[in-house]
Amino acid sequence: MSENNNSGNGLLGWIDARFPLTKMFEEHLSKYYAPKNFNFWYFFGSLALLVLVMQIVTGIFLTMHYKPDGGMAFSSVEYIMRDVDWGWLIRYLHSTGSSAFFIVVYLHMFRGVMYGSYQKPRELIWLFGMFIYVALMAEAFMGYLLPWGQMSYWGAQVIISLFGAIPVVGDELTLWIRGDFVISDATLNRFFALHVVAVPLVLLMLVVMHILALHEVGSNNPDGVEIKKNKDENGIPLDGIPFHPYYSVKDLVGVVVFLILFSIVVFFAPEMGGYFLEYANFIPADQFKTPEHIAPVWYFTPFYAILRAIPDKLLGVIAMFGSIIMLFLLPWIDRGKVKSIRYRSSAFKWLLAMLVVSFIGLGYLGALPLTDTRTFFARVYSIGYFGFFIGLWWISKNENTRPVPERVQ
Amino acid sequence: MSSDDADYSRRRFLTAATVVVGAVGTVVTAVPFVASWNPSARAKSAGAPVKADIGKLEPGQQIIFKWQGKPVWVVRRDEQALATLEDSRLTEKLRDVESEDSIQPEYTKNVYRSIKPEYLIMVGICTHLGCSPTYRPEITTDFQGGFFCPCHGSKFDFSGRVYAGVPAPTNLTIPPHYYINDDVILIGEDGLA
Repeated sequence: MSENNNSGNGLLGWIDARFPLTKMFEEHLSKYYAPKNFNFWYFFGSLALLVLVMQIVTGIFLTMHYKPDGGMAFSSVEYIMRDVDWGWLIRYLHSTGSSAFFIVVYLHMFRGVMYGSYQKPRELIWLFGMFIYVALMAEAFMGYLLPWGQMSYWGAQVIISLFGAIPVVGDELTLWIRGDFVISDATLNRFFALHVVAVPLVLLMLVVMHILALHEVGSNNPDGVEIKKNKDENGIPLDGIPFHPYYSVKDLVGVVVFLILFSIVVFFAPEMGGYFLEYANFIPADQFKTPEHIAPVWYFTPFYAILRAIPDKLLGVIAMFGSIIMLFLLPWIDRGKVKSIRYRSSAFKWLLAMLVVSFIGLGYLGALPLTDTRTFFARVYSIGYFGFFIGLWWISKNENTRPVPERVQ
Repeated sequence: MSSDDADYSRRRFLTAATVVVGAVGTVVTAVPFVASWNPSARAKSAGAPVKADIGKLEPGQQIIFKWQGKPVWVVRRDEQALATLEDSRLTEKLRDVESEDSIQPEYTKNVYRSIKPEYLIMVGICTHLGCSPTYRPEITTDFQGGFFCPCHGSKFDFSGRVYAGVPAPTNLTIPPHYYINDDVILIGEDGLA
């Protein structure tokens, strides 16, 4: 029983006999052995967790003043900004937090691609992570409707209409999602419920599964070496160090740097020149007037640019969703055995560079109004984006890799 | 319990039957929750037909009415605009000249896409992704006048017919409507046959 298993007397002993507190602490923190060679790319997992907590806390406080009502939503946000004590801060923390969340998550995902963290045996970690990413996009999209500004309204109109491209059931489906013939109070109300209750619950559950899967197989590292292959006589990986205190303390440094940068944005540039909060959203929703230029928030623009690049409704929607499905399939597209970019071929490095350039290029174009030249470049970048996955599948079969060391360098 | 003399086929049947009944119950229980997302009775009643007075409209002007929460445009087209519609310089650029794949009542399936050539009554929502196009009556060399969607660049002529090579797949939708008298129309209902 648990009494003879390292549990002392006193309160902790009493708890340990009834709840696996010490056991869980050891399993996930003080005796979870992480590779000793983590670099700064490994900050973004814990930072994502920090932002999630921040979003939940600020979100709870915003719901105390916000009104999910087509007639009152816009003014209740302005009320929070002007009349509620510190309301502006809580709201800016939440709105900046959503952009910060995506920055952190994109860097976290890029880390995974760079060091092959999605490869066997970490496919499920990657899949759970991808589900988190999709849930996060749904969460951000529905949250963006709540201020009920022009961009909220027309952005939602466009995104929901995407489902109208599905043959046969499309129109019925969009009607069902909106609960009205156009985006209306009914839509706002249900998005509020999903944004505040349903999706956060799903997100939290997925985060737990993501971390449990990670702790089951152990973390990858910049060398892509399995540290569990080399253990000492006690079964402890030779290249591993306990997460707590080594990485909990190291991550604190990342947290401090992150919070400094985050605060600069919150206090000095919460709108970020129209990228974090779009100007058209300071005008109340008007169902008769589409803004002259409509663009999603920056974290959706790469996918939006792919959608716009294709001059056919259904194919555009398929390409857009396909670009995300590609990411899901990454563990199976990459047939390589070598994980880390440090030991992969130069072809891989070029492909990855192409992915980064294409993704940033698409993101930049997706925020701008359409012109013929931009459409041309959006097509080039779209090919670059999909080209990464096709190219990776192609080259990874017989890749010219460098020898991977036995131990972490 | 000893499992040696267990009747496995009976046990499998009971397990399967329990799973099936449970699954059916779950699906049936989901129905009210899923159905609660349909437009409510109130939303549907707001979708009733609306009367619109178009008597004071001058040639070239556009007014917007609200039907089912959607903008419905009434545009009184002038001679110049009507003249563009059968011009081959325009029609060769259109995707669905005859409105075969588009939504309109049978009585508006003509080149004007209206009952009276002058008056165009049309749902002002782009068939691509639901933005509301803007009215652009100016005729230029590469655009014969009509409507332009700012969201994704779809172009339509003065009858709401879509240009080829833009993302919108079909012509703009014409709602059912009829003339109560010369000045007043009812949007949302076909006239008596």
